[in-house]
Amino acid sequence: MLLRLRDLHKSFTGAEGPVPVLRGVDLDLEAGESLALTGESGSGKSTLLHLVGGLDRPDAGCIALDGARVEALDDSGCAALRRGTVGVVFQQFNLIPSLSVGDNIAFQARLAGRHDARRAMMLAERLGLAPHLSKYPEQLSGGQQQRTAIARTLAARPRLVLADEPTGNLDETTAEAVLGAMLELVSETGAALLMVTHSERHAARMGRRLHLHAGRIA
Amino acid sequence: MTRTVLRALLSHWRRAPLQLFTLIAGLALATGLWSGVQAINAEARASYDAAAATLGEGRYARIVATAGGEIALADYVALRRASWQVSPVVQGRLGGAKLVGIEPLTAPGGIGPAAEDADIAAFLTGAGQVFGRAEALEALPGIDAEKVVAPDTAPGTVVTDVSVALRLLDRAGFDALIVAPEQPLGRPALEEIAPDLALRPPQAGSEVGRLTDSFHLNLTAFGLLCFAVGIFIVHGAVGLAFEQRRPVLRTMRALGVPLRRLVALMMAELLGFALIAGTLGVGLGWLLAAQLLPDVAATLRGLYGAEVAGGLRLRPVWWLSGLGIAVLGTGFAAGAALWRLARMPLLAAGGRRAWAMADARSARWQGGAALGLIGVAVGLALWGEGLVAGFGLLGAGLVGAALALPVVLGAVLAIAARLARGPLAQWFWADTRQQLPGLSLALMALLLAMAANIGVSTMVSSFRQTFTGFLDQRLAPELYIETADDDQARAIEAFLAPRVRSVLPLASVETEVAGLPVELNLARPDPTYPQNWRFLQAVDRPWERLAAGEGVLVNEQLARRAGLSLGDPVRLGPDTVLPVLGIHGDYGNPVGQVIVTEALFAELHPEVVPRRFGLRLDPDEVPAIRAALVAEGLPEGAITDQAAVKRFSMQVFERTFAVTAALNVLTLAVAGFAILMSLLTLAALRLPQLAPVWALGLTRRRLAALEVVRAVLLAALTALMALPLGLALAWVLLSVVNVAAFGWRLPMFLFPWDYARLGLFALVAAGLAALWPAIRLARTPPAALLGVFANER
Repeated sequence: MLLRLRDLHKSFTGAEGPVPVLRGVDLDLEAGESLALTGESGSGKSTLLHLVGGLDRPDAGCIALDGARVEALDDSGCAALRRGTVGVVFQQFNLIPSLSVGDNIAFQARLAGRHDARRAMMLAERLGLAPHLSKYPEQLSGGQQQRTAIARTLAARPRLVLADEPTGNLDETTAEAVLGAMLELVSETGAALLMVTHSERHAARMGRRLHLHAGRIA
Repeated sequence: MTRTVLRALLSHWRRAPLQLFTLIAGLALATGLWSGVQAINAEARASYDAAAATLGEGRYARIVATAGGEIALADYVALRRASWQVSPVVQGRLGGAKLVGIEPLTAPGGIGPAAEDADIAAFLTGAGQVFGRAEALEALPGIDAEKVVAPDTAPGTVVTDVSVALRLLDRAGFDALIVAPEQPLGRPALEEIAPDLALRPPQAGSEVGRLTDSFHLNLTAFGLLCFAVGIFIVHGAVGLAFEQRRPVLRTMRALGVPLRRLVALMMAELLGFALIAGTLGVGLGWLLAAQLLPDVAATLRGLYGAEVAGGLRLRPVWWLSGLGIAVLGTGFAAGAALWRLARMPLLAAGGRRAWAMADARSARWQGGAALGLIGVAVGLALWGEGLVAGFGLLGAGLVGAALALPVVLGAVLAIAARLARGPLAQWFWADTRQQLPGLSLALMALLLAMAANIGVSTMVSSFRQTFTGFLDQRLAPELYIETADDDQARAIEAFLAPRVRSVLPLASVETEVAGLPVELNLARPDPTYPQNWRFLQAVDRPWERLAAGEGVLVNEQLARRAGLSLGDPVRLGPDTVLPVLGIHGDYGNPVGQVIVTEALFAELHPEVVPRRFGLRLDPDEVPAIRAALVAEGLPEGAITDQAAVKRFSMQVFERTFAVTAALNVLTLAVAGFAILMSLLTLAALRLPQLAPVWALGLTRRRLAALEVVRAVLLAALTALMALPLGLALAWVLLSVVNVAAFGWRLPMFLFPWDYARLGLFALVAAGLAALWPAIRLARTPPAALLGVFANER
């Protein structure tokens, strides 16, 4: 089992005291599997992703990822996990505007010490970015920027890809193309994919889907 | 990972070269101005120390003649025979250098020439040797002694054996005897062997060092002000860079860069910039110091008689401290930004906050700090005493006012927004208020620079006005002459008596009053004095009563230091106690002064015969009298006319403030640069704010014009606030710092035209600074403005 979540709880402090967001979530994900996480706004989808990626800490419960207990890791341990095991694709792309597209693609792989120029080039070609490698993110369209973010994640060969509404900022046609490319490449690398989405159509393209409602798996 | 992250961090600067330039230039300017001033101070202090080392000044007790004359060889021999471990010193001018004679065999260690290969036999025998810097040796006339270059000797000074010095100076006695710290027990008291000699204990620090301390403190304060203005620029640039990179930093952390590593690398990045800018700044400071040092050297020579080398030496302590202050300044400017980064939660909103947009809490904090500092300043003004309190008052007042500026401007703009009629005016005021946090650092720098300019120019102009009037009062005699000896003095006085209206003898003796060193001067009853001298306080008919021997006149310095008022008794001798008849201003004189009648002076110091005279005569007769004096055997150089003395005095005055004026202009230039850089960097963030207004129907040209109006308006409001602050600064300089540093208070005059001109300069500077970003805005292609509304941005 690549990822195992047990009785995961998380709440945030609101104006009127703690607001529970996750209320005991259990989840398993095998290597190579793809899972869509759906649910209405505020159901805790993004929070769940953040906890798995070590971007935030649970109040209670256990997150076992590739043999490591994520909730027990300190800041450096979480950072190492994000560098080496997990890859995150954000809705807002989050590219580094001062680096060229080529350097952005290589960035995370370099951090993880796994940079392979041929693989980066292959990803750029597969995602249609080869003609744009020397450009800067602001010179690309939204779809191209998201493809760059996907290439950046996959170039580092993560065991688990976390995608937080990766097509949320794109038009429908572009979103279809970007999602198709991502699914294809993730499946080729053998990584697992956990994707948050609002789109039924996109969720249907994943191997499995779970629905979150009021902080619990429905 | 380190390389990758560092590369990503540095790539920001490649894409924002203007920001990088602002950061480096701001820091280099700040370091340059600070280290330039420090270089001048270091060079001057090294000169004082070298002079002190040459003469053993400050370290050893000295024996001097009580009456201020020479010490006879017989007295020296008698002291040595009585087991006193003393060593003679003689000094005098020889050509363009000061010649100091010492006795190396009896002098305590550390005194004398520092040439390592000194040949003591050659020094003592034959024609002897003279040691000094190359330029000092060159300034000597043709002498038979061998010249040896010794770079560590005091500037303008040459050292030789005492016998050689006596021969070259044509003297018979010594100026002082240096007393070795180890003395045999049971030796007879000084009074028993030489009753005309007095023992002066060693004093901490060199005398000239103490005298010039306040001058250097003034320079340091100015350097610090310049540095503060520069650091404002750096703070702005670093703050903007951190704000712009917030989303990137968050992304990097999300991709696995540990926070500690990120903070460490950003610190390393800043350290690198600080070292580069610091090196540039040290170079700039070197150039500045080299440019200003001759003026400073002339000032110190003219005001205090302190010799300072005119050339700079690259001292490791100086350039290392320059780099150190650059690093410290960067740390200070970036500390808050780094702290925020270290505490920034990983999932914090990564979007750009309005840059430096102060939230309500920090605005309250700033307002509170401003009030606190202004309170401290008021407290120091009311109850503080001394130079440190004076500078504390300056610092607290200036920083407090600078912190209060954004709060005051915010309030003014809020009122303007409420009063505005029409949508464009409403938008303009609201938008100006929104821009305020981004511009506040530059405006604070402008406020400080303008206040310093107003304050210092008021002080200098007040000083000039007072000093010119003072010179007119004091330099009434048409001619001044100096005779070579007592016989010539008597002969010349007798010769002149029937030929001129009055002969006014001039003489002074150093003595002590109320435990303070003072000059005792004489005044011969003459209408010149009551016609020209003005008193700060005086009894009725002070000169008549002085002539009648009913009292003395004292200068302001002595009155303040000894707490003397009119009528207070002044003890001049065991049986001579006279009341104060008048207190006169004595600008530029560091020591106290007592004026007595000629008869009393002769009674107190019968050994002193006046050798200098001021002559009152019809100005048309000056050439004839001058020629007659020369015919009587007085050399041309011993006759000085009034105009030449005034010219020289004004020259010393102007040079004194040349450095201050230069630093003033530089501070203002730095503030102008700060405004330009702030506007340029803000311009990049302005598009999203301006695009909607453009879309609603305002032309780019109109928007650009409004940008210029905004900059000029903010500068005008800042200038309005700088005026009272600058006048307060002038008051502190004239009434607090000057009194504490020199012992006299200057009257304050106002110069409205100068302030109006400065205000105009500030408005023009702000307008010009706004022009470049405005032109860029006017030429922004519509596509760029449209991009604000598109998803692609």
